[in-house]
Amino acid sequence: MDWGYLFEVCLTGLAGGGLYALAALAFVLVYKATRVVNLAIGELLMAGGYLFFTFAVMWALPLWLAIPAAVLASGMLGGLIERLVIRPLLGEPPISAFMVTVGLGSILVGLVEIIWSADQRRLPDFMPSKPIMVGDAFLAPKVFWGAVIAAVFIAAVLLVFRYWRGGVALRATASDQAAAYVVGINVPRVFSLSWVVSAMLAAVSGIIVGSIGGISSSMGVFGLSVLVVVIVGGLDSVLGALVAGLIVGLVEGLAAAYLGGEYKLLATFVVLVSILMVRPYGLFGTRDIERL
Amino acid sequence: MATAEPLGSSDTKAPLLAVQDLTLAFGGVRALSGVGFDVQQGSITAVIGPNGAGKTSLFNTISGFYRPAAGHVRFKGQDITRVPAPLRARMGLGRSFQNIALFRGMTVLDNIKLGRHAHLKTNVFDALLYLGRARREEAELRRDIEERIIDFLEIDHIRHAPVSALSYGLQKRVEMARALAMQPEVLMLDEPVAGMNREETEDMARFILDVRAEWGVTVLMVEHDMGMVMDLSDHVVVLNFGQVIAQGTPAVVQADPEVARAYLGSGDVHELRRKLQAAAVAHQGAS
Amino acid sequence: MRIGTFKESYVADAALFDSRTQRAWLMVAAAALVLLPFVANDYWLYMACLVAINIASSTGLNLLTGYTGLVSLGQAAFMGLGAYTVAILQIRWGTPLLLNLVAGGAVAMLGGIVVGVPSLRVKGLYLAIVTIAATFIAHFLFANFEFTGGTSGLSMSPGRLFGVELDSSFRLYWLIVPLTILMLLGSANLFRTRIGRAFIAIRDRDISAEVLGIPLLRYKLLSFGLSSFYAGVAGGLWAYFFRVITPESFPLSMSIFFLAAIIVGGMGSTLGSILGAAFMTMVPEVLKLVFDLLPASTDLAVLLSPVRLIIFGALIVGFLIFEPLGLAEMWRRTRRFFHLWPFRN
Repeated sequence: MDWGYLFEVCLTGLAGGGLYALAALAFVLVYKATRVVNLAIGELLMAGGYLFFTFAVMWALPLWLAIPAAVLASGMLGGLIERLVIRPLLGEPPISAFMVTVGLGSILVGLVEIIWSADQRRLPDFMPSKPIMVGDAFLAPKVFWGAVIAAVFIAAVLLVFRYWRGGVALRATASDQAAAYVVGINVPRVFSLSWVVSAMLAAVSGIIVGSIGGISSSMGVFGLSVLVVVIVGGLDSVLGALVAGLIVGLVEGLAAAYLGGEYKLLATFVVLVSILMVRPYGLFGTRDIERL
Repeated sequence: MATAEPLGSSDTKAPLLAVQDLTLAFGGVRALSGVGFDVQQGSITAVIGPNGAGKTSLFNTISGFYRPAAGHVRFKGQDITRVPAPLRARMGLGRSFQNIALFRGMTVLDNIKLGRHAHLKTNVFDALLYLGRARREEAELRRDIEERIIDFLEIDHIRHAPVSALSYGLQKRVEMARALAMQPEVLMLDEPVAGMNREETEDMARFILDVRAEWGVTVLMVEHDMGMVMDLSDHVVVLNFGQVIAQGTPAVVQADPEVARAYLGSGDVHELRRKLQAAAVAHQGAS
Repeated sequence: MRIGTFKESYVADAALFDSRTQRAWLMVAAAALVLLPFVANDYWLYMACLVAINIASSTGLNLLTGYTGLVSLGQAAFMGLGAYTVAILQIRWGTPLLLNLVAGGAVAMLGGIVVGVPSLRVKGLYLAIVTIAATFIAHFLFANFEFTGGTSGLSMSPGRLFGVELDSSFRLYWLIVPLTILMLLGSANLFRTRIGRAFIAIRDRDISAEVLGIPLLRYKLLSFGLSSFYAGVAGGLWAYFFRVITPESFPLSMSIFFLAAIIVGGMGSTLGSILGAAFMTMVPEVLKLVFDLLPASTDLAVLLSPVRLIIFGALIVGFLIFEPLGLAEMWRRTRRFFHLWPFRN
């Protein structure tokens, strides 16, 4: 049993898990604020990666400009999506918004393939390239720095949620739109804001993931792992997104290293099913108290 | 308003439905604490209390939707506390809901037919082929509902209407029809006349009495309309803050100072009662 | 409502086609379906078979998503299971065609139950996510095993039915269309009984449904199992039709295709399954036609696939926002108009 190798694999897995946690956070944000399940989270991530590609490679902007531009552009995309596609479905049963995000994902993939073609692209390196050594274990620098960036953003979001009035407004809108209106919360603005921020977080995640493995029109499959993370963690739990992100990252890393890359998704699925059998609302999700 | 008929000496028989020491909590909120009462066969029992007293939670616990932290529910002599909700429906526990729970994707007729679900036998193979058993069962069901329920509740003119197109009063009647289709032995009505005007209330009261008389159904209802409660019920249970604070015949409950305090807040109960009685006398003198 | 129709018995009132005009149109449609193979050219016969297979699959998905309200993105996976089962049985054991189809349905149904048990216990949403995973897992299974032919897939000889080799669209038509009609009838019958009513109740208000006597998990699994069975049979027909199946034949975009079909056609309506499947099958054909007409057609050809994706997505979004009850509702509106024509409604 090569403990050193195991340790390396675990580290890499956890670091990858940090990225999952960031994307999961983007999902949870929209769910907490609007109760909409965004199945297109993976495609939003992809859009962020491709926007960065456009600014940094196609328009050859300097990195300190390209990254914020990509993130902001993604935010605008998120806001546009909310206004055009999600807002009209406000009074409809939640299943409609759910299915609309499926259509949305399809549209995004199609657009990406048309504008940038389906080929895989490389993103410019912007992270330090010195190999990271934890004791004897090697950690790819991109993976490490990616996790660090993710951690910084996650911490920022947590602080905002906790200490900003907007965080409370977000939760109020999620549990009862009508009541939130009555209390004076600008519900449409909360909706827009949540989608804008969510898209921006997804973009950051997408840029990092793209830097590590390249971008392609099938990047949306990353979204599947993110969806598993949010179910395992609990759809409306920020803490759950973090913990589950790490768990899923770890499991996927172990599966990829010891069983082979194709087994990654199978391992994720097994985790999903096991958790669902034991804790149907996820590790930290709030149990909905239904009223008859 | 029609008056209820007094019960015979059925106190010695075992109650059809009995609730014992029921405790229900949601996190820190205690919806029910040690609630206990009996429902005698053939009676009309009313559960009253201020808003938030736990009446609907009580119904939901008896239905099997909530699992109590402690206590028992006994139906027809059996302990059904752990029995799943669909089975309780099959055993004869019928139910209508406080905020109308009709299925908007179906017509009135289909909604009513759904009530009979637990008693039907058609399985998926019968259903796909629709040849023998399914066809017979559906025809029999249709006949039964038309002749016994739709006629009885006078809703024949809307039988094919989509329920979302109906007025509130008619929707409530369809709810009642669906509950009757469940072939209940105990019919639980959650605020059957909420939001109704005087005429609709009287119609509903008449239906409830007819249901008891013609169908032999025992009625357990949550209601706020005091006139209806006092005129119809054989037994009244008063809840406040999840506890039973009084129970007995309407006259007994009406005289209970605890009940008055629960509804009217603290203060001089006797003074309040004197004022109310004076107002009642004045009202009678005027009418 | 159509004026001048009255029934004299409850059984008559419950009939599927309950008026003389409807029955007349039914005769016309039946005659058209019987005549079609003799007057249509190869291309249209091919399209007719494809449309029928898609109708069969859409009907299954509509059962689950339209009537029971459980969104599934696994239609492709279950069709794949059915297709592979049929192909393997045909190639290895040469078992009779109809038996293969039933087996295909059964295997898909089993897959459905395996997927459904953990995910249906709480929220319907979990089913959607688990079915997406199932699509990828199915792909993994198809691509990584010897007996499923690995990445190159399987190719099979034509099926034989009553001694006739089904090697042309003309012959396959007589297998596919009657089967599809049977499946449509089955689905329509379901909603005249307590099973169908239970499904709709679960979609509209599942928590009340339970208190009214419907065991939720059991019926959700029933809906999912039935829907997967339909998908499996449709997948088996797919296998007999195309005769070559690979792991790439059943991608996630196919599941999205079927979801779009029922949204466009009309969820919770048998007519919706028919209209939606027909519409969605013709859309890529019309697209191909348009592309052929455009000047730079060879360069644009590579855009065909992504444009299709965009159109599928846009159809889903557009219909959900503007016409949530789908083409079936548009059809009903037109009919209502003509019922009262020339009087204004």
